[in-house]
Amino acid sequence: MASHAIEVKNLYKIFGPNGRDFVDAVKKGMGKAELNETHGHVLGLQDINISMPAGGVMVVMGLSGSGKSTLIRHINRLIDPTAGEVLYDGVDVCKMNDNDLREFRRHKTAMVFQKFALLPHRTVLDNTVYGLEIQGVERKESEKRARGWIERVGLKGFENHYPNQLSGGMQQRVGLARALTNDADILLMDEAYSALDPLIRVDMQTVLLDLQKELKKTVVFITHDLDEALRLGDKIAILRDGRVVQQGTGQEIVLSPADDYITAFVKEVNRGRVINVETIMRPLSGNAEGVPLVTGTVLESAARTMTAARVATAHVVDVNGRPLGALDLSTVIAAMVTPVSHEDRAAA
Amino acid sequence: MASICSVLPAMLCKFPAIDESTIRLARKAVDDSFKGFVRSYGNAIDTVVQPLQWFLNYLESLFVSSPWIVILALMVAVVYFGSRNIAITIGTALSMITIGLVGLWNDTMVTLAMVTVCTLISILIGIPIGILMARSDRVQAFVNPVLDVMQTMPSFVYLIPVVMIFGIGKVPGLIAVVIYAVPPMIRLTNLGIRLVDKEVLEAADAFGSSTWQKLKNVQMPLALPTIMAGINQTIMMSLAMVVVASMIGVGGLGKNVLQAIANQFFTVGFLNGFALVGIAIIFDRTSQAFGKRLQKHSEVIHG
Repeated sequence: MASHAIEVKNLYKIFGPNGRDFVDAVKKGMGKAELNETHGHVLGLQDINISMPAGGVMVVMGLSGSGKSTLIRHINRLIDPTAGEVLYDGVDVCKMNDNDLREFRRHKTAMVFQKFALLPHRTVLDNTVYGLEIQGVERKESEKRARGWIERVGLKGFENHYPNQLSGGMQQRVGLARALTNDADILLMDEAYSALDPLIRVDMQTVLLDLQKELKKTVVFITHDLDEALRLGDKIAILRDGRVVQQGTGQEIVLSPADDYITAFVKEVNRGRVINVETIMRPLSGNAEGVPLVTGTVLESAARTMTAARVATAHVVDVNGRPLGALDLSTVIAAMVTPVSHEDRAAA
Repeated sequence: MASICSVLPAMLCKFPAIDESTIRLARKAVDDSFKGFVRSYGNAIDTVVQPLQWFLNYLESLFVSSPWIVILALMVAVVYFGSRNIAITIGTALSMITIGLVGLWNDTMVTLAMVTVCTLISILIGIPIGILMARSDRVQAFVNPVLDVMQTMPSFVYLIPVVMIFGIGKVPGLIAVVIYAVPPMIRLTNLGIRLVDKEVLEAADAFGSSTWQKLKNVQMPLALPTIMAGINQTIMMSLAMVVVASMIGVGGLGKNVLQAIANQFFTVGFLNGFALVGIAIIFDRTSQAFGKRLQKHSEVIHG
């Protein structure tokens, strides 16, 4: 079953008893501060339009209070929107009745939570089968599937432990196994790795990327960490004060940040691991020289290959080995350091 | 004070109570209408609660007529498998044997039967009401003051209407005990469910749990420690109340205490009192140890 894209259209969320009354005012330009001070309502999200790629990882990034957790909860409608649409496979999630919504949550979505949210009185195995149990799948069958996923996330042998007996990283593996066992098209990850140690976080990112290569689910991943966003995201949207400031691929955001806010973020990024060789190559003039580099190679490994081969020039080839362009070591290094213009903007 | 009164109008000095004859009339009207209600519906109510009477009689005769050794063995077994604690088990056996030696075995059995039925009924009534209360703030706002009244109203006061309706006997005693013992069950069920981690509930929602699935899989299991505390409290309060209930015809240890009070039998009073304490401690330790054992999964091994 192929995954479908999720379309978020003109989504507004205003917290408070009469949120609906203020949508027009917000559309006309009333700000978050004014809404809060004069009307006592909190602006959660405004005018969100994101198209989340089918079978890809969509990362929504923002600092705390930017509305990212509110946004992800609209996709399975744990939070009801004030206005707007969330379309999946042509159906507006926001218009489903209780029964359809429950079926949608059971079969189409699975969610991983920042604080794990495991059932403390159930063992790892019983936590993992939870989604299938809710669906009414036979215990023998659901247990078989759950055991498979427990093994995939590296928890074999811990099936009969209780969550409290596991470390944070292991608990989140249970959370991931629970979500994957559901075999839903949409995987929602709400700051799933934010509570983990840096090393374990990178480890879990690798687990997700490896799984995603074969599963091709539509993943929505929330994070406040730009490095994590760049590593995981096929597409990234950056939120600030409930508004999308910029969306695009990681490279687009790093190479042309939309404003000072994003520039400040991007400044600290290891550009060598984000930018690909084809982005900075120049058109091929004459014969291909130096070592061949496949498209999609990041600058850091390009530089490593070139220095190891003791050459200053290289050419970019596509997957079939056809030459596409050329570049030299100084271009690579220049692209890896933060441009001066960005430094100035961030300092200003 | 009299000097202040001399300058104040009389109305502000002495409280202007409603005329005594008016009060008397109102009182008579309420009393008469209640008596009328009892006359016309008393028999119907008696019929409705008849099964309770049968159940109580059956359990009491079962406890009293069984050989003591069977009951003792049963109690020790229940306590051991409930608590898995040798000390509590031995303590239970010793206190029951002491109770038997001083000649209070039969009375204790009567009291045990009564407390068992009262506790079961309190749980049966308390848990559903507690669940309803946890689900709706409106129900909570309504039930809470009722519980306050039930807990603070002196028990002798609500014994009056109970006796008027049911007369003297076990069932009115049972009702009086349940009125007194059910509030902690309701309150702690409500509290336990309301304290369930919001994030775990959200996870249950995200996986598409129905209301019943959420209650069964998440709310009740996570509220269980608090609910167990409620059951424990209910047992303790039933035991305390069986003495008062003996005033309206409940037999057992309470009746002996009542006679001891009336006749100033110092030793009899204390012997029966300690028998009640013994049962109370057995119930308390066993139910607490059982509750703790249910919570084994919450032991933290990893930091």
